[in-house]
Formats: sequence, C-alpha cells, structure tokens
Amino acid sequence: MTLWFVLALMTAAAMFAVLWPLGRRNAAPAGSDVAVYRDQLDEIERDRAGGLIADVEAEAARVEVSRRLLAAAVAAQTAPEPAPSSVWRRRAAAIAALVLLPVGAAFIYLVLGSPWLPGEPHAARLQTPLQNQSIQGLVSQVEAHIERNPEDGRGWEVLAPVYMRLGRYDDAVKARRKSLELNGSNAERESDLAEALVAAANGVVTADAKAAFERALTLDAKDTKSRFYIGVAAEQDGRREEAASIWRTMLVSAPPDALWAATVREALTRVTSSGPSAADVAAAADMPPQQRAEMVRGMVAGLAARLAQDGADIEGWLRLVRAYMVLGERDKAQAAVVQARRALARDPEKLRRIDGLVKELGI
Amino acid sequence: MIPELGHYALVLALVLALIQSTAPVIGARTRDAALMNVAGSTALAQFGFVAIAFGALTACYVTSDFSVANVFENSHSQMPLVYKFTSVWGNHEGSMLLWVLILAFFGALVALFGNNLPATLKANVLAVQSWIATAFYLFILFTSNPFLRLPDAPFEGRDLNPILQDIGLAVHPPMLYLGYVGFSIAFSFAIAALIEGRIDAAWARWVRPWTLLAWMCLTLGIAMGSYWAYYELGWGGWWFWDPVENASLMPWLAGTALLHSAVVMEKRNALKVWTLLLAILAFSLSLIGTFLVRSGVLTSVHTFASDPTRGVFILMILVLFIGGGLALYAWRAPLLKQGGLFAPISREGALVFNNLFLTTACATVFIGTLYPLALEALTDEKISVGAPFFNLTFGPLFLPLLVAMPFGPLLAWKRGDILGVAQRLIAACALAAVGIAIVFIAVGEGSVLAPFGIGLALFVIAGALTDLSERTGMFRLPFATVRQRASGLPRSAWGTAVAHFGLGVTLLGVVCESNWNEERIVALKPTQTVSIRGYDLGFDGVIPRQGPNFREQIARFTVKRNGEMIGVMEPSKRTFPSRSTSTTEAALLTRGASQIYLSLGDSNADGSIAVRLYHKPLVLLIWLGAVVMVLGGALSLSDRRLRVGAPKPAAKFAAQPAE
Repeated sequence: MTLWFVLALMTAAAMFAVLWPLGRRNAAPAGSDVAVYRDQLDEIERDRAGGLIADVEAEAARVEVSRRLLAAAVAAQTAPEPAPSSVWRRRAAAIAALVLLPVGAAFIYLVLGSPWLPGEPHAARLQTPLQNQSIQGLVSQVEAHIERNPEDGRGWEVLAPVYMRLGRYDDAVKARRKSLELNGSNAERESDLAEALVAAANGVVTADAKAAFERALTLDAKDTKSRFYIGVAAEQDGRREEAASIWRTMLVSAPPDALWAATVREALTRVTSSGPSAADVAAAADMPPQQRAEMVRGMVAGLAARLAQDGADIEGWLRLVRAYMVLGERDKAQAAVVQARRALARDPEKLRRIDGLVKELGI
Repeated sequence: MIPELGHYALVLALVLALIQSTAPVIGARTRDAALMNVAGSTALAQFGFVAIAFGALTACYVTSDFSVANVFENSHSQMPLVYKFTSVWGNHEGSMLLWVLILAFFGALVALFGNNLPATLKANVLAVQSWIATAFYLFILFTSNPFLRLPDAPFEGRDLNPILQDIGLAVHPPMLYLGYVGFSIAFSFAIAALIEGRIDAAWARWVRPWTLLAWMCLTLGIAMGSYWAYYELGWGGWWFWDPVENASLMPWLAGTALLHSAVVMEKRNALKVWTLLLAILAFSLSLIGTFLVRSGVLTSVHTFASDPTRGVFILMILVLFIGGGLALYAWRAPLLKQGGLFAPISREGALVFNNLFLTTACATVFIGTLYPLALEALTDEKISVGAPFFNLTFGPLFLPLLVAMPFGPLLAWKRGDILGVAQRLIAACALAAVGIAIVFIAVGEGSVLAPFGIGLALFVIAGALTDLSERTGMFRLPFATVRQRASGLPRSAWGTAVAHFGLGVTLLGVVCESNWNEERIVALKPTQTVSIRGYDLGFDGVIPRQGPNFREQIARFTVKRNGEMIGVMEPSKRTFPSRSTSTTEAALLTRGASQIYLSLGDSNADGSIAVRLYHKPLVLLIWLGAVVMVLGGALSLSDRRLRVGAPKPAAKFAAQPAE
C-alpha cells in the first residue's frame, strides 16, 4: 500500500513539473547576445585601464565589438515579439501532463515492474528470527564463514548433515571429505562420508561408498550404519540372503531402545518377503489385462488407505508412489509424495529416500 | 519497495523526457513563453527522478538486496562498502544509469544557470538534450533494465568482476562519463543553433564553459583509466592503443580541437561552421566510444555484457544521433552566416593549424580503431592494428603540433609576427638544446629520437613559461608592475599556459618511460635478491592473508639502496572464490617521479616464484601532466569574462630582446 502511495506522490510531482510553468504567463528571465557584447566592451575598458592592451588596440577592438553589438541590437528589435501564449496550446500541454503522463508511466511500469515483490536487503534477512529464517539463509551464513575460514573442520561438520537434508548430496560429499581431512579419520566420519556417497549415487552403494563403510568397520566393527549399508550393498548385488543374515545379526545384538532397529527390521522384511505373495502374482498372470489392472488398482487403493492411517511406513510410501507412476497417474503420485513428506516430516532419513525416489522417477 | 521506487522513477523520467523533447520546440517555433518554460522545470524534475532511480539502485547495492537481478549478478554481501558503491556502475546496466544521470545532471545545470541564454536557444538546447535522454531511457528500460527482479531472492550475490574491485572504479568511469556526456551539451547547442539557423560569437561564449568542463573530466578520466590499467593489469604498460582506449582518446582529440576553435569563434567571430561540426563530432565520437565498449564489438574488461538486441538498439541510437546530426548540419549549415577571413600568421591561424592536426590525428585513430572491425565484419579477416601503426601515424602528426604549440599563444590576434615570436622563444629553444645535449652525453647510446623527445618536451614546457613571462613582463619590468600585470592577467591566459605546460610534462614522462624503462623477469626463492638500477630487492617469503571476499598470497620484498632499507613492497595474487578468478596486485614503490614496479607471475614447483620487475623513470609525470592540464582547464573555467581579440602591434615586442 505504501508503495502505491509513494508512486502516486511521485506521479503528482512529475505532473506538477509540467503544469507549473504553464501557469506562469510571463517569460522567464532570458539573456541575449546584446548583453554578451556589452560585457566584451566593459572588458576592453578594464584591460586598457589595467595596462594589458594599449589604447590603439583597445580602440580597434572597441570598434569591432560595437559593430557586432549594433547588428545584434538591430536584430533584436526586428525580431518578432514573443507571442502571447496561446490558450489551446497550453491546454494541450496540460492535457498531456494530466492524462498522458500518468497513463503512460503506469502502463510502462506495469509492463516492466514487479510491484508485488518486496525488497530484501541482506541485513534484514539475516536478522529475521532463527525459526523464521529459511534453511537456505542459515546455510549461506555458515558457507560465508567457511569461505573465510576454509580450515575450520567443525564448520564443515556442521554443514554436511544440512546439505544431506537439503538434498545437496554432492556438496555433502565435499563437506564430509573436508571434515575427514581436517578432523582426522574415525568410524563415524568414514561412514558418514559413505552415506553421502550413497545418497549422491541415488541410493546405490557404490564401490567408493562400500570401501568407506569397510574402512569404518575396521575402525569400529560395531558401527551400526556401516553394517546396515554393507547389507544394502549385498542386497543390491542380489545376495539377498547375505543381506538378511547381516541384518538379523544386527537385530539380535540390538539394544532394546535402538532407534535404528525399526529401519533394519523393515529392510529385513523387504528382502525376505518383498511384494505381493507368489500366489497373488501367479494368479495375476492368468487374468485378462482389464481384470489385472483392476486388481492392481485395488491393491494400490488398499495401500493408500493403510498409509493414510499410519504414515510412518516409508517402504509403503515408496511402493505407492511407484505404483501410481506405473499406472500412469502422475497427479496422484505427486499428491502421494506431498502426503508422504508431511507424514515423514520428522524423519530426515526417510525424507531423503522420498527425495531420492522423486529424483529417480523425475516427478 | 526501494527497487520498485527506483524503477518507477526511471519510467517517470522517460515520460517527462518525452514531454520535454516536444513542448519546448513547439514553444520556440511559436515563441510561446509558457511552452518554452516547460523545458526548465521538466529538466529539473527529470534530473530529480533519475537521481531517485540511481539512489534506489545504490541503496539496493549497499544493502545487498539480491532480489534485484543486477545486484545479484554484480555484488556480494561481504564486499567492502566502497566497492558496493562502485559496483553500481561496474556493470552494463548500472553504468548506463550513471550515463543518463550525468546527462540529466547537465540538463538541470543548463536549466538552472542558463538564464543568460536567449529563451528560444535555451528551450531548443534542453529539448535536444531530452531527445538524447529519451533514447537512452528507452534503451535502459527495454534492453538493459537494472531494476529487473528475481522472485526468489538468492542469498548470496555473484560478486563483482575482481579486476574491477579497485578504487580506480570509483573515479575512472564517472569522470569519463562526465566527459563524454558533457559533450552532449555542446552537441545540443550545435543542433539548437542549426534549428534556429542563427549562430554568432555569443554562442561560442555559452558553449565554451561546458566544453571545457567536459574536456577536464575526460582528461582526468582517461589519465585515471591509464593509471589503473598500469597498476592493475600487471604488465606495467600505461597505454596499449587498445580500441577501448582509442574510443576515449577520439572524443578527447575532437574536444580539444573544439575547445580551441571555440576560442577563435568567440574572439574573432570566425570558424563558426567548423566549430559547429566539431561540436557534433565530439559528441558523436563520445557515443561511439561508449558503445564500441558496451556493445560487445570489442571484448575487454569493459565489456560487461553483449546481447544482440542491445547491439541493434545501440546501432539505431548511433545512426539517429550521428546521422541525424550530420544530416541536419549538411542541410542547415550552408544557410548560416559565415565569419570573417584572417591572415595565416596570427593567433587564429595558429589555432586553425592546431585544429587541422588534432582532427587529422583523431581521424587516424578512428581509422586504426574501426578499420579492423569493418574488415572483420565484411571479409571475416582478422587483422590487428597496434602500436606500430599508431606510432607511425599519430606520432608524426603530433610532432608539428607540439613544435607549434609554444608559438600559438605568443602570436597576436589578426596578424602576428612569427619572427618576433621565434626570438622570444630563443630561451626555450636554448633550454631544449641543452637538454638534448645532456641526454646525449649521459645516455650515449640507444634511440637517437629519445634526446630529441626530451628536447621537445622541454621546449613545450619552457614555451608555456615564456608565454607567462611575456604577458607579465617578468625580467624586464619592475617587480611591482609584474605583480600587478600578473594579477590582471585573465585566468584563461593562465589556464592556457598551465595546460600547455601540463602537456609538456606528460610528454617528458612518456619519452622517459618508453625509452629508459628497465625490465627484469626472474624466478626467485625466498632470501634471494634481485637488483635493478641500483635497487636491491630481497625476497622475504610468501604470506597468506584472508581478505573480506578473497584470499591472497602476499610476497614480501625488502627494498634496499646501497645497503640501506628504503621500503617494503608487497605484490600479491588474490583469489576470489565466488567467481573462481584471481587477480595480480602489483606493488609500486615511488621514488620522486620514478617508480619501481613489481608484479608476481606463477609459482614454480621448486618453490620459486616468477617476478616481473620494472624500473620506470619519471613515469608519474605522465599522469601528473594530465592533472596539470586539468588544473589549467579549471583556471580557464574560472574566468567568466569574455576576452576580445585585440590586435597587438608586433613592433612593440619585436624591439625587445628575448629574455
């Protein structure tokens, strides 16, 4: 609102600048060349008095200037008198100022300008309370700090998990590597790096990542994350049984309050009993296409209903989104992603997997 | 809100400019006082709104408002405050805004201080000024808008081009633009005179101060740019005959010619049509200068952005103003009343000589700069016209100009006595001869031209002093009379002498630097020493340092002469992470007017670092001379009175012995 008010004031000022002189009938003070020649005559006199030029020269110069002065004076007299300002011309100018000026200015501005965007000075953005500040803003503050102190290992360590959460996996890998280099190697840092590598590779445990997990395990054989991912690597290599046995061992030795146990259990369920039962699949293979689609839709609807009740099941969400994409229902897939994000908001690890899937499917 | 206010202010300026370019012309044709008066108030309002726009953009830069695309692309929140200011014009869009700000500023000056102008002339001048402004507002708003916004403001900017992160950017472009745009006033006066079909000696009196002001700013701008290139680019050169430099030199040459021909017109009511042409040419060359640099035809540090739509728009502006101006000239100039004739040996004759050589020199620079471009556009053949061409053409053209320069001010108006003047210049000649002899003996070998260059410079300097001593009667009149005459001497006479003296000083610097410049390129390890002309530079080692938005490696050198420490030099290499570029910061050690110049090259694997070392004798005189020239201009500008050419009987002076 203030913006429009100020813009209106400015427009009024511009209109005033055109209208004001139109209101004054009499001519503004103006000089003429007669005055210039008079000046020249005065000056010759001054120079003569000051001894800069001799009398003879002064006289010659005076004659010359006087001749010009005379010509100028005659020209001024024969020139037409300033005509009285015609009313219709002034009206035309006034209309231009009153109508064309504001309309033209508004038109051009509305085509080019962005009046709905507020200004965003840097300092003001830094001062917005922490909870209102975008993650992006906080990150760039830490980045600025790191830029000045690139040898600050703690800074890199702080930054890395945030990059992970924002899905900037390549930056996360860089930060983890930097942290390893500056803070020294230990099991946790090695496995963190490996995890970032996995994320950067879209969930695939690459050779690099696997090597890092193995380094972590040589430093600390009990490192949970590394053990879990070694299992994932096995699963991705098609060695499901080996994966299952790794995870089973983990669950056996898990302390009762371990938060990771749920994730491992899920993974275990995935490798041991993945997808619909063999019988269902066999039955589906015999159905006519129409009916089979029907059955798939039914299963998907069931899954969606279950997830609406209990949103914590990441595997379920992933399956649901994939299913929608397979069925060609992109809108529903997108909606499901939104719901999943809402349901899993508190769990960065799971959110990351959703993000990974979104990237993979290109939703 | 602030960026939008600026944007709207610029739009209002455009609309006002449209009104200002029509109403006063109609007013002047119909002698309607009310309509003519519109010019003054709209010119002031226009300046007000452009100032608001410029202020708004500056505010966005200072507060690092990255929701403005232009700020995001050319600034960084960690940049030192002074560079936040300067980066406003360190980019294409902002620099064009600065251009129109200065244009509007000059318009406002005419509106405020032009009360001694005839009403119709003032109205027409302001209207023409507004035509130029309109074209530029349209150009800025539709092709180079600095107020375009980004809906999701990024949190950090892309930083200013590191080479431009220097205090030179604070002075060089505004000065250069003041010069370029200052010639727009001369152009507007010329076009207004053509429209009115009337031009007289009084016209020259009104135009001269504007031209002088523009010329001073341009001189300072070019000198500053040259010094900046000298210390920032790390090659130790101060003039490269680079097209971008030539682009600023051409309006300077034309402007200098205009300055001198306006004197003839003012005093003798002659050379009127020629002066008009020079006024049109000076501004045309300024436009070409601005746009050669901006359009991306030439790639250099100055090319901030190149974009085909801009190129076409620029071409249209050039065709409109240069073509239009010259066409109007061709049509109307023959109708103007011609001035009187005059003798070849006279002050005005000398000034014509000056004009002849200055414009020819300007033409050679023009050809040397544009011919390669034209050739490339037509035949795809790339040729490079560099220093050899200009040294062979520009040099010989400037030589007679410099030889004749001391004669000019000593010649009387109407009819002069060249023998008498030559006699009075005997002392200057003698000084020059002594200088040549000393240099020959001292140097012994090397370029034969160098001693003569020194001699010429001394002749010019001594000639300027002779002019003053002749006018004040120094050495032949009692002291009290001399003082009285000195104080009675018009400021413009002082200005002439001082400006000519300055040119001599610059010439001295140029000759010394280009002939006796010593260069040494070595690879040094810490604790090693390199010597140049008796200075020993010990390399102490490299220290890393963190700047506000860069990291730098400083190499520390202790400079000794005869075992005595005289200073420390710290050249460095800076790395700017936000643009992942690096710059070389040369270190300068000034001894009198000479400098030791030290710049870093690459580091080698064995821990040594390549170093470029120069000793540049009297190099500072080059820029000092330019500053003296500007001082001369300022003196002349402070002379409000109009001088009239009075013939001086030659016999009076010829009878006196030369001092």
